[in-house]
Amino acid sequence: MSVVDQTRSGAKWGLEPHRIVLLAIAVALVLWMAFSLRWDWLPKYGPLLINGVWVTIWMLVVTAVLGFILAVPIGLVQVTGPTWLKVPAQIFCTIIRGTPLLLQLWLLYYGLGSLFSTWPEIRQSWAWPYLRTAWPYGVLALTISFAAYEGEVMRGAFAGVPKGELEAARAYGMHPFTAFWRIWLPRAIHRALPTLNGETVSQLKSTPLVATITVVDVFAVTSRVRSDTFLTYEPLLFVALIYMCLTGILVLGFRKLENMVPVKGA
Amino acid sequence: MIDWITNLADWHLLALSPPGWGMTLLAGFLGSVQIALGGFSLGLILGIGGATGKLYGGPITKDLLEVYTTLVRAIPELVLILLLFYAGSGAINRILTSFGYQQINISGLAAGIFVIGVVQGAYQTEVLRGAFKAIPFGQIEAARAFGMTSFQVLRRIILPSMLPHAIPGLSNLWLIATKDTALLAVVGFTELTLATRQAAGTTKSYMLFFLAAGVLYLLLTLVSNLAIHYIERRARKGMPSAV
Repeated sequence: MSVVDQTRSGAKWGLEPHRIVLLAIAVALVLWMAFSLRWDWLPKYGPLLINGVWVTIWMLVVTAVLGFILAVPIGLVQVTGPTWLKVPAQIFCTIIRGTPLLLQLWLLYYGLGSLFSTWPEIRQSWAWPYLRTAWPYGVLALTISFAAYEGEVMRGAFAGVPKGELEAARAYGMHPFTAFWRIWLPRAIHRALPTLNGETVSQLKSTPLVATITVVDVFAVTSRVRSDTFLTYEPLLFVALIYMCLTGILVLGFRKLENMVPVKGA
Repeated sequence: MIDWITNLADWHLLALSPPGWGMTLLAGFLGSVQIALGGFSLGLILGIGGATGKLYGGPITKDLLEVYTTLVRAIPELVLILLLFYAGSGAINRILTSFGYQQINISGLAAGIFVIGVVQGAYQTEVLRGAFKAIPFGQIEAARAFGMTSFQVLRRIILPSMLPHAIPGLSNLWLIATKDTALLAVVGFTELTLATRQAAGTTKSYMLFFLAAGVLYLLLTLVSNLAIHYIERRARKGMPSAV
């Protein structure tokens, strides 16, 4: 095998000599962590952890889907809408993107929550058993945040679809709604996919904030482990590993989605 | 109308002198701005180093930096902040005791700046790497041909000419930094969000205080946007307008 071949295959498989050394160091580090740190709490908290992972995934999926459904009209009215829709959409995006998510979450949970409890109509309504728990506020805050960030992305994506394609759709005699459904929206989503990927990863990384309002996601479980066992690093390292796996799965999933649409010249 | 506004909330709670909580909020706001500025600057130093290393460093440097940016971008900021906060202060105290010094209490400000800086550094590495790559390589070769050391090339050629390409990404990261400071509330540093929660919890007027804090954050964002706009116009002087 020639030198060129070796470096090429080495670069492809990532097995140049220095990488082997780095990998060995990494493996040693992981082994050291596995044997010298305490992991005996894992079996006891295993079911709780699995439940927490489900809550995290549930939060991510629900808020991302709801947020995206809201983001499409928010982005669209900023591109073509009348002023009385455009301006509120812009103000909404500016306010939500200009304040920290933690603050919004606490505003909704403590602020709205304390307001609701003072109204007897709400206390007696069917919704009260839900409004007493924390997760509706978490879902609401995360959905609003995702809608605002993604609305901005969709605005750019809608504006970036070549005009000729929309004109062609009109020339075919498509109803504006059909043209939107068949041409504008799918093309915009395709253009937005890489950014959507990044935003969804950000959303995943925002979900542990709901632990601060007592929703028991995987981060809240590890916080409980930390206070129960007085361990500092182990639960945090473990939850970091879980989030890394989830991020990896998300990125792979989106890559698959992106590859489903063939791109000219790629 | 005025009556309605005065009755809407107990505005005295926002007064600057003690029975009001205005000063607490402003002090927290100042803390947030300090941490954001410090963290962003530290991130800039790390980012310039990281981007240079990723582009021109040896294979080991490149791989290590890749691990750094990937890890930071894959783990939630909240987890990173807790990890770095405990790991950082623990490591410093361990080093101090092993040299025979007393343990010290690391100030929340320093820890906050360190934590935000490390997170920002990873993102800024990626932004700056893209900006570095936008500089025509001929310019760097020309600078080398003039006999400049690599540090001189960085300071005189690369940094000024990559600035217009880096500003959109960096300004985005600055806004993220100002909002990430809120996460330090979780480790108990009294920045704006935690100060707000304490004020709201004591007085039970949650809506008023959280909305007031929201206005402060929003003001910071809007003022930053103005400043960014001005800087961008200056940096892009003589260049074709964007898009």
